[in-house]
Amino acid sequence: MKKNWWKILGAILVLYSTIAGLLLGVPRLPILHESIRNLYFHVPMWFAMIVMFSISIFYSVKSLSTQSQDDDLRAVESVNVGVLFGILGLLTGMIWAKFAWGEFWSFDPKQNFSAISMLLYFAYLVLRNAIDEEQKRAKISAIYNIFAFPMMIVLIFVLPRLKDSLHPGNGGNPGFNMYDLDSRMRMVFYPACLGWILIGYWVYTIRYRISALVYKQQ
Amino acid sequence: MKKLSFTLMMLFTTISLFAQNNDIEMADTLRSNGKIYIVVISIVIILVGLLIYLFTLDKRLKMLEKKSADKN
Repeated sequence: MKKNWWKILGAILVLYSTIAGLLLGVPRLPILHESIRNLYFHVPMWFAMIVMFSISIFYSVKSLSTQSQDDDLRAVESVNVGVLFGILGLLTGMIWAKFAWGEFWSFDPKQNFSAISMLLYFAYLVLRNAIDEEQKRAKISAIYNIFAFPMMIVLIFVLPRLKDSLHPGNGGNPGFNMYDLDSRMRMVFYPACLGWILIGYWVYTIRYRISALVYKQQ
Repeated sequence: MKKLSFTLMMLFTTISLFAQNNDIEMADTLRSNGKIYIVVISIVIILVGLLIYLFTLDKRLKMLEKKSADKN
């Protein structure tokens, strides 16, 4: 139980952020209305994805120096979980966009670039499956991952800021603080991010342990 | 006097701002008649169910890991 405290913390934070996110007060804003509450659910998906991909690149670099199969498995399983959160982020974003911007996909730079960075990681997973030899697979996919990660960062955090975007914080639009007039939202938003990151990490450890078991059985 | 009237003026302008804010449509009826709690409760039930499921998965995996460690 003592070692599992962070799993319980993650579960409590996610539950808290869901309840508080639906019930606590939010600023009254035109266009967004109640849908501003999506901030507690849509944005944490992306934070969790970034953390998962960061874990992945850490283990990819490590696996290049240690040549250990464990590190390779950790890298691929964290990408798997990161991709899951990325898809959830895209879907929740599309639904929010339908009601805030009028279209599911309005070819907003951030939408496009986050879809492209998803494709980058799909390519990573496909590339891995295409190579049979273990050592080669670990090495090539680790190197690919080292290129994919900075590209994802540039696509999601840098390029949308240079172009006009509907997303807040990009292309001259005011940032997150626009919503945060009374800092009530911070009380829910930050716990939500931490909670979802912990849950994502937990799912990743489960996936890693399963694939380590499978690898051992072979 | 000038200061006081200025303060009052500021106060009235902010009051009108608040009034304007309340014109923005939110789900106030859903909240006032308490129906929102039904939604919250069902979402919480689903989340708790999924989280408990994750915990049991974790437990089963730990069992398997122990077994496989004993074998080797």
